[in-house]
Amino acid sequence: MTTATDFDGDMAAREMQRGARERWFARINRSALYLNVIGLGWLVPLMKMAAGDNPRAQLKELWQQLVIPLIGIIAFIALWATFAPTVKTSLGAIPGPVAVWGETVNLYHDHVAEREKAAAFYDRQEARNAKLEASGKADSVKWRDYTGKPTYLDQIITSLKTVAVGFIIATIIAVPVGIFCGLSRSVSGALNPLIQIFKPVSPLAWLPIVTMIVSAVYADVSDALPKSLVISAVTVTLCSLWPTLINTSLGVASIDKDLMNVSRVLQLPTWKTITKLVLPSSLPLIFTGLRLSLGVGWMVLIAAEMLAQNPGLGKFVWDEFQNGSSSSLAKIIVAVLTIGIIGFLLDRLMYALQTAFTYSANR
Amino acid sequence: MRLAAGALALGLGSGLTASSALADMLDVEKDELKFGFIKLTDMAPLAIAYEKGYFEDEGLYVTIEAQANWKVLLDRVITGELDGAHMLAGQPLAATIGFGTKAHIITPFSMDLNGNGITVSNEVWEMMKPNIPVGDDGKLVHPIKADALKPVIAKFKSEGKPFNMGMVFPVSTHNYELRYWLASGGINPGYYSATDISGQIQADALLSVTPPPQMPATLEAGTIHGYCVGEPWNQQAVFKGIGVPVITDYEIWKNNPEKVFGITAEFAEKYPNTTLALTKALIRAAKWLDENDNANRMEAVEILSKSEYVGADPEVIANSMTGTFEYEKGDKREVPDFNVFYRYYATYPYYSDAVWYLSQMRRWGQIAEAKDDAWFKEAAAKVYRPDIYLKAARMLVDEGNAAEEDFPWDSDGYREPTSDFIDGIPYDGRKPNDYLTKLPIGLKGQQTIDGTSIVGG
Repeated sequence: MTTATDFDGDMAAREMQRGARERWFARINRSALYLNVIGLGWLVPLMKMAAGDNPRAQLKELWQQLVIPLIGIIAFIALWATFAPTVKTSLGAIPGPVAVWGETVNLYHDHVAEREKAAAFYDRQEARNAKLEASGKADSVKWRDYTGKPTYLDQIITSLKTVAVGFIIATIIAVPVGIFCGLSRSVSGALNPLIQIFKPVSPLAWLPIVTMIVSAVYADVSDALPKSLVISAVTVTLCSLWPTLINTSLGVASIDKDLMNVSRVLQLPTWKTITKLVLPSSLPLIFTGLRLSLGVGWMVLIAAEMLAQNPGLGKFVWDEFQNGSSSSLAKIIVAVLTIGIIGFLLDRLMYALQTAFTYSANR
Repeated sequence: MRLAAGALALGLGSGLTASSALADMLDVEKDELKFGFIKLTDMAPLAIAYEKGYFEDEGLYVTIEAQANWKVLLDRVITGELDGAHMLAGQPLAATIGFGTKAHIITPFSMDLNGNGITVSNEVWEMMKPNIPVGDDGKLVHPIKADALKPVIAKFKSEGKPFNMGMVFPVSTHNYELRYWLASGGINPGYYSATDISGQIQADALLSVTPPPQMPATLEAGTIHGYCVGEPWNQQAVFKGIGVPVITDYEIWKNNPEKVFGITAEFAEKYPNTTLALTKALIRAAKWLDENDNANRMEAVEILSKSEYVGADPEVIANSMTGTFEYEKGDKREVPDFNVFYRYYATYPYYSDAVWYLSQMRRWGQIAEAKDDAWFKEAAAKVYRPDIYLKAARMLVDEGNAAEEDFPWDSDGYREPTSDFIDGIPYDGRKPNDYLTKLPIGLKGQQTIDGTSIVGG
């Protein structure tokens, strides 16, 4: 009897253990989805091994997901370090990874130094205003923003802000127009030639037109939204709205005809049809479009900033090219890597949003 | 009150915070300003006025921003995106008389004297070298005349190849200096006409626009065979080993006027105190740059080499900023006045300087029709504003920030006639038409360009 109870107890314990493990795995599998989204998918096999899964299978997975990409990166850096010094430009050899890392650190120190200068500026301003107040001229006290140069980090933030504004405008235009194109063949027929013609236009060609029009229209400039930012952002809009527009109309047009017929039978009002039916079923494609748009927008932004000398990473690159100092090339390479990494992160961000908002298998 | 403030200023000295002038600070109408500049060493007064706190002393919060090229800079000043800028002397003049663009721009402050050079590619240099006389010391005789370039251009022509040269803007100092040098050696740099603004009518050497910092890259790419530009872009060519500076503008015209600080007439009218305040700050900066026999120049070089200003390596900038100039690699010569910011009344906006630029615009057909001497005088007085300058200078003297003898108080705005040119032709700012007739190549009298030929006169 006791043995039976013991056995039962054993069973129960093992059962419980298995249950716990299964729950662990379920949790890991669920988080795997999110980890994949943010590019940390290689953590999954590690966690599974920690939870006691078969190490062999997981090691293979780890090899695929972590080691092979790492080999790629290391091989790239090795090739870069070997061949860069052999190319002699008029500004000296192309900087290798070490020089570029050194420049990254320099840029950060620059940033810190500039912040210190800003603090000194505010101190001086405070002293001046205190003096004014003491001498009874309180009405001429003024508080002004720091006037120094934007640092590299500031430039990154400016660029991100600009692309965000441009992308949001593009989305606001492209999604509704795309929906109408998808719903009505006549609208689509009317807009299609325009889309085909404007889609391939380069940002550099848009820029002069945009500059003139924005300068003419945007008269009351606010500090939060300087003209240069608007010009870059609108250029980004013009180049990046097409993928969203095309994908949205494609998504809407390919909705199951039966579904549309049901809505007709139920006599759903247009607004309801769009929000309850059209949008949910075309969301995956809309998101695909948005992801492409954001990628294009980020790429275009740098070109626009370079040409128009609008603040941001593009201006940074152009200024360094013009400076032609011995550290310029390394700084430009830092910018290139930054642009790449931020572009990648933006794409991941959109992917994460897509995962969060769509339920179809079409991820 | 003013005297007291001046005494206080003297007592306290002027450090970075120098709030000495505080008690007497001008009541500026606009205190947040944005100034543009092109990456050239002669923007130094702007950088110094900022870094040394002179703008802040005057109650101005100034942001300084590099611009892509001269056209963008000018357009931004006209539209008001920039409150003022480091400009080519020809820009306010041309804009005011309506060549290229139409806007009334004035200058209360001339930024510097000299500071440019003409560079040719290594290939052209090798072809020029045999034509240049060698002195007793075994070195080439300077200044090098364009005569040495003439056979090179003839050779290019006989092979059916165009001889291209770069300058920075159609109304730039550099365009006129390059043209002056070429013409003095019998090379026709080409004319402008009302219908053809390429400036290449009858040209032996084809001049076109390239923004200053891109000059070395364009030369390296082989698009141009030489250029005229400000520093550090001539020394950069030496450092990169891609070209050889043959002559500085100091040798073309000793102590010639260079950049000016330009603001719109509207700005000066709307914000008179701000205009005075910024002029004061700039004069102080210029003074600092030349103080104690250029003692501050190395510090200035360090400031200019920061990436937000000129950004080139300090040693490249120092080459010309500290009184030397390196011609062919290793041939470094003393040119103590290569770039003057304060001596010789460098910052005073002389009408005669303006008239010289206008005379060159007429000479090359940018001013298509003949104008009488009175017109030149009037146009110069519209743009150059010594009245504002002297008012600012008076305040600085009263505050103890400048000396009485630093300024030409009694000048009528015209420098003494001079013949310090490479070809020795005398120039009197009061008689521009007379001057034009003495120049061998160029429009004179009633001459105009019709199609591709000179008519009338």
